[in-house]
Amino acid sequence: MGETSQGTIYGINGPVVRVRGDHPFQMMEMVLVGHERLIGEVIRILEDETIVQVYENTTGLRPGEPVISTGRPLTVKLGPGIIGNIFDGIERPLTSIAEKTGPFIGRGTVMDNLDAEKLWDVRILVRSGHILKPGRVIAEVQETPSVVHRIMVPPGIEGVVDEVVKDGRYPITKPLVRIKNGKAIHDLTMVHEWPVRIPRPYSRRLPTNEPLVTGQRVIDSLFPMAKGGAAAIPGGFGTGKTLTQHQLAKWSDADIIVYVGCGERGNEITEVLEDFPKLIDPRNNRPLMERTVLIANTSNMPVAAREASIYTGITLAEYYRDMGYHVAVMADSTSRWAEALREISGRLEEMPAEEGFPAYLPSRLSEFYERAGMVETLNASTGSISIIGAVSPQGGDFSEPVTQNTKRFIRCFWALDKSLAYTRHYPAINWTDSYSEYTEDLRDWYNKNTAPDFMEKRERISRILQEESKLLEIVKLIGSDILPDEQKLVLESARVIRQGFLQQNAYHEQDTYVPIIKQYHMMKSVLRLHDQAAKLVAKGIPVSVIRKTGVFEEVVKAKYTIPNDDMEAFEELDSRIESVLSGIDEDYSGTERRRHA
Amino acid sequence: MNLEYIGLKEISGPLVVLEGVENPSFEEMVEVTVGREKRLGRIVEINGDICVVQVFEGTHGISLTNTRTRLLGKPLKIALSKEILGRVLDGAGRPVDGLGEIYPEKYLDVNGQPINPVRREYPRNYIQTGISTIDCLTTLIRGQKLPIFSGSGLPHNQLAVQIVKQAKLAGESHDDFAIVFAAMGVKHDVADYFKNSFRSSGVLDRVVMFLNLANDPVVERIVTPRCALTAAEYLAFEKDMHVLVILTDMTSYAEALREISSSKGEIPSRKGYPGYLYSDLASIYERAGMIRGKKGSITQIPILTMPNDDITHPIPDLTGYITEGQIVLDRGLASRGVYPPVSVLPSLSRLMKDGIGEGYTREDHPGLANQLFAAYAKVQEVRALASVIGEDELSDLDKKYMRFGRAFEAQFISQEFGEDRDIIQTLDLGWLLLALLPREELDRLSPELVDKYYKEPDESESRFIRWM
Repeated sequence: MGETSQGTIYGINGPVVRVRGDHPFQMMEMVLVGHERLIGEVIRILEDETIVQVYENTTGLRPGEPVISTGRPLTVKLGPGIIGNIFDGIERPLTSIAEKTGPFIGRGTVMDNLDAEKLWDVRILVRSGHILKPGRVIAEVQETPSVVHRIMVPPGIEGVVDEVVKDGRYPITKPLVRIKNGKAIHDLTMVHEWPVRIPRPYSRRLPTNEPLVTGQRVIDSLFPMAKGGAAAIPGGFGTGKTLTQHQLAKWSDADIIVYVGCGERGNEITEVLEDFPKLIDPRNNRPLMERTVLIANTSNMPVAAREASIYTGITLAEYYRDMGYHVAVMADSTSRWAEALREISGRLEEMPAEEGFPAYLPSRLSEFYERAGMVETLNASTGSISIIGAVSPQGGDFSEPVTQNTKRFIRCFWALDKSLAYTRHYPAINWTDSYSEYTEDLRDWYNKNTAPDFMEKRERISRILQEESKLLEIVKLIGSDILPDEQKLVLESARVIRQGFLQQNAYHEQDTYVPIIKQYHMMKSVLRLHDQAAKLVAKGIPVSVIRKTGVFEEVVKAKYTIPNDDMEAFEELDSRIESVLSGIDEDYSGTERRRHA
Repeated sequence: MNLEYIGLKEISGPLVVLEGVENPSFEEMVEVTVGREKRLGRIVEINGDICVVQVFEGTHGISLTNTRTRLLGKPLKIALSKEILGRVLDGAGRPVDGLGEIYPEKYLDVNGQPINPVRREYPRNYIQTGISTIDCLTTLIRGQKLPIFSGSGLPHNQLAVQIVKQAKLAGESHDDFAIVFAAMGVKHDVADYFKNSFRSSGVLDRVVMFLNLANDPVVERIVTPRCALTAAEYLAFEKDMHVLVILTDMTSYAEALREISSSKGEIPSRKGYPGYLYSDLASIYERAGMIRGKKGSITQIPILTMPNDDITHPIPDLTGYITEGQIVLDRGLASRGVYPPVSVLPSLSRLMKDGIGEGYTREDHPGLANQLFAAYAKVQEVRALASVIGEDELSDLDKKYMRFGRAFEAQFISQEFGEDRDIIQTLDLGWLLLALLPREELDRLSPELVDKYYKEPDESESRFIRWM
């Protein structure tokens, strides 16, 4: 790049820089701003001016400093070394930044995104003469003990293998395979670049009919999420969005987790960094960090990089999807991303739509959520991206633009509820406002892989909860004493469901993650209790008598008392329910008989 | 390079526009001389040779022709040394106590830099404040940012002073403890109240005060918390001190931000506040915490008054999204004479989960706190019902909850100003209150803990009888 391919700074307003000069910048091109070479992106081109958003703090920039064109859009580097790492919003590794600038993040720290010196054990999978198409796996690298990294032919490149290196230890920049396509020669290394705002290609979409199992009862059983689906978790502050996101990042059965901490607290990222290496993935007994990538743009890091962080995260996810992995992206929180859009838009003096958000907010949201999906990749394997976006509505009000527009592009809505959080009912997912449109898609999977009547049980549970919320309206007015006994029983069973099933303790060793089969048995026990008790109530036995036996509490406590791997214990619980209830029945009919005699 | 620019192009609110400026840099400081008076300003926008400058002391008395302006060539920095302890500074970090200039060891940029999350240390050490509601239910952790959401006329200042006094006693040694106090737009009386309280508890020589009072310039208010936090970072991370930062009142700060934003003609978002209010507040609140390998820490207690007691107002709302919990004060409790009037249910400490329980406070703490929350939430439901059907019509169990609620407010939430309860006292008190409820109701506690700690109902009946 010569000295001519540049412009000069004319104006500065926060992260927005106006550039003048002859160079024809391209839209969305990456540029280096000022003497410190801060990374920026072209966001608008006028007749005599180019507008750039800068991903770093602009204090101290002066008019007249150069803005250098790079001729390419904002890209990320894709290759081994991503997993287990933590990056900022534009894929700069935070650990390397810390080594360079200490505990505080300095500016203009240009560095390799991926470790260029580390040697990887490479196994080559192609031979000369092979005809390669985009997406074809040419080599494998054990990236972490949990993840095999498949090196693929980048999209847009094809040809015949001319030369290959032997299996061995190489750095990511070493050319492994040379392919020829007519006169064009491509040297393929372990790493290639991809522009973050462009979705990576795949061959076709597949239906989403497999659940993303999370081990969280209210999600798996009541509002299930599909692999390749999109979900939103809206909630005011203190309702546990981040806690829920962390739980999903820990326990969902995806192969790779991309966690985007977008405009959230620094300590939360630190918590993940401390916890995840210690937590063990139940599926392969390896630390969870070995399948996790973190993108961190904390709330005090530059706002333009916050806008980019979401795209960086989803691009990394697509790359692993293309290898045939199931990837889950946690974006916490998409509202901060929307606010970053608003801030930049405001500085460009664009005409605002609702609440100051730009008019293109819905289209940006839809572009993002549509990058989720179950697909057949270019190399004919199956991969998926599931997106779970947290939404932080202003004032906890779900009618605000980000929540409303998000709702249009997701199919799973887990509404967090302040009043549940106040009573420390966690996860505070409200069962009347939440929904999942995947339930029907997943019906067959559940019935086949858990129990044939799983969905039936699930529906009965949600019916009891619905009935409860209707009855509670009445109770609010007249108290529960006046209700007939069968309705009191509904309240009692609903209480058991709420406390014993929906509430889940993230800090309890057994309860933090519950396999679906145990969830099924728990539902079954609750319903058995409910049905048996209903029979007694029909005979005129008051609910209070049944309650005194403590059998309801026993079912509530089953989540703690029955281990996750001991389904036979449920039979004991069931026979216990049976014997307690039939005991009441006998006592009661005995007294009745004596009274009649 | 010491060019002086005579005159201005435009004046609007606290902003002035300079034309023909050579080589300005973004956020550079300028000195505006009006007659004999020198004022400080900061460049907030550059367009070619035109600069928009915020004048800290305001623009009164400035005309288009009576000023001379000089660029200072650097962003706002403040002079720091360990001598700042015990000093009173203005909102921009200049001494106002008549004790002379600070002999600087260092000049630091007030904007600071974000702490790299990989170098943060996750806060785990709890601070005993001696206040039951805080220690048991919203535990304060060293390195946390825990704001007090209050309203005009509520005793947030007393609460902050009580925390300062009592937290100090629980600290390890006296030497490594410091307080940074930043007043933004508060009345003289409030600043005096804090000063007198610091003096009477003998910590005045460990306090740095940054005062931008209600009649001080609005623009200066924008830099006040930044100066204070720069001083705090210096003390914590270069001098190994545990620093408690009190920022009051964040509402005035946000209003100053709005005032400047609107005079810059920016597009407003909710209630006229600028779209970047969240990022701006975050750049203040996130300057709390601990850094791996450094001994010091910064704990922040920002105070904000919720306009019209509305917790969904943008200022408390955005604050709650950034800070690690909140202590909410309630007017209803205050009017019933409860001090401190901590509204238990919406109050929260996000970091307490990792700083309490076995090895930190006592094994039963997490369960007990949860149980008290759940029981008190149930009290609210029962009260709502009682207000419809009358208390006499309640079921026996609901009546027990009513009694529990009254005793809880009178004995647990309420305590004397100056009453310092240690954590064991607080936890035992919690158990004593739970004994007013039947054992089966304690569904948030494991049976083993209930067996171990559940008190004799008779004892608590007799203890609380006059409150129920």
